[in-house]
Amino acid sequence: MMQLKCPWCGSRDESEFVCGGTTHLIRPDLTANDATWGEYLFFRDNPKGVHLERWRHAYGCGQWFNVARHTLTHEVLSVYAMTDPPPAHS
Amino acid sequence: MKYSALALLRGALSAHRNWVPAWRSPEPKPAYDVVIVGGGGHGLAAAYYLAKNHGVHNVALLERGWIGGGNTGRNTTIVRSNYLFPESARLYDFALKCYEGLSRELNFNIMLSQRGIVLLAHSRHDLDSMARWANAMRMNGIDAQILTREEVAARAPLLDMSPDARFPVLGGFTQRRAGTARHDAVAWGYARAADALGVDIIQNCEVTGFLTGAGGRVVGVETSRGRIRAERIGIAAAGHSSVLAKLAGFRLPVVSYALQAMVTEPLKPALDTVVTSPGTGAYVSQSDKGEIVIGASLDLFPSYAQRGSFAVLQGVIAATLALFPSFSRLRLLRQWAGIVDVVHDSSPIIGPTPIPGLYINCGWGTGGFKAIPAGGWTLAHVLATGRNHELAEPFQLERFITGRLIDEAAAAGIAH
Repeated sequence: MMQLKCPWCGSRDESEFVCGGTTHLIRPDLTANDATWGEYLFFRDNPKGVHLERWRHAYGCGQWFNVARHTLTHEVLSVYAMTDPPPAHS
Repeated sequence: MKYSALALLRGALSAHRNWVPAWRSPEPKPAYDVVIVGGGGHGLAAAYYLAKNHGVHNVALLERGWIGGGNTGRNTTIVRSNYLFPESARLYDFALKCYEGLSRELNFNIMLSQRGIVLLAHSRHDLDSMARWANAMRMNGIDAQILTREEVAARAPLLDMSPDARFPVLGGFTQRRAGTARHDAVAWGYARAADALGVDIIQNCEVTGFLTGAGGRVVGVETSRGRIRAERIGIAAAGHSSVLAKLAGFRLPVVSYALQAMVTEPLKPALDTVVTSPGTGAYVSQSDKGEIVIGASLDLFPSYAQRGSFAVLQGVIAATLALFPSFSRLRLLRQWAGIVDVVHDSSPIIGPTPIPGLYINCGWGTGGFKAIPAGGWTLAHVLATGRNHELAEPFQLERFITGRLIDEAAAAGIAH
């Protein structure tokens, strides 16, 4: 089974985690038009390669954290805090 | 060459040396009227309907690997049209009706078996939502029948109906016209028929870029086998749609996930219908070869890996064995995953892209196989005429801007 390294609890089985999808998405201003909101809500890079995503240790400490993971090999390149800037993997 | 009992007899008398390949393997020409990227069911069907319905014969279908080697060869072969909303009902039932006549039309046995699908209700809430679902289908003119607990037991006698069952079955509903079709045969049948109408099926040909001309219009593709020019281009690449969109310079509301399935060793006929348990995420049928075919829910993290994780595998097997305890002694023969293109409302996208001359068929997510004839038909229509087919009109990219989503997450039948 795939394992992820929770920054607080260490390596745990994939089944303890929930993936929250792409991270570093910036919510647009409330006055933004429909196209901007549509882009924010639905449109994604969906890369075949390094993907910066958020995970939650749902069945553990409950904390969110960021992961840089390759979507073809599933290799985890780095785990970093929610407020950290994007790493230079991609 | 037409396939028939007589052709088979003639083959038998000539030691079967009379057979010819079902389609050619031509070298790509420098230019075509239409290029279709992606040699799965949807791409092959689009190529066939371009030639048959619209008289556009100068068509190339480019496939990175081999035709039918992606999701068309990785699904659980289930066909059905039990969707909730009128737009979806029309689209998926059009596909099912095409499937009903497809073996004859293509002169290729797709082994359609309308053995019906039974959806299981495990709770009072399931009973209520399935009553709503079945009634919505009937309002849309699709066959649906609510089943009592006893009727479910009669249709699938191996189900655990005991009082202490882990997932008690309280009832369910059925679409009798649903069933299974041989997935490879659908790809091969369309390929052979398209080839006979002049379509060039070019395998081992990866698209590596798009050529654009005046006004940003696509005028061709760069491929691993050279540059190919085209008036119009259609993409039918399922889980790899975003990769192609990126090459063309736009984004899609798609996330790619792995969807797993597996088969057991073959056994004697034991299950003569498709059984789906939306509550547990398992769907089970028996192939004509006798294997028990089990489908899983999505591995819920983005992936292009075409292999599933053990966590999901374990979950679906546990659910299947809770429903069918007697399957516990079967051994799994194969397990695999396809990369599916999931959009937020679990409905497809069939129509123009932001790039002039470039059209797309994607977003089928976990349920593209059942829709192959409709996806191909409507993509061919927009490629040939430049106008959306009326069935595809509600399924445009703009709905993710306007907010007019068609949320079929429940009817998709697979946990998202």
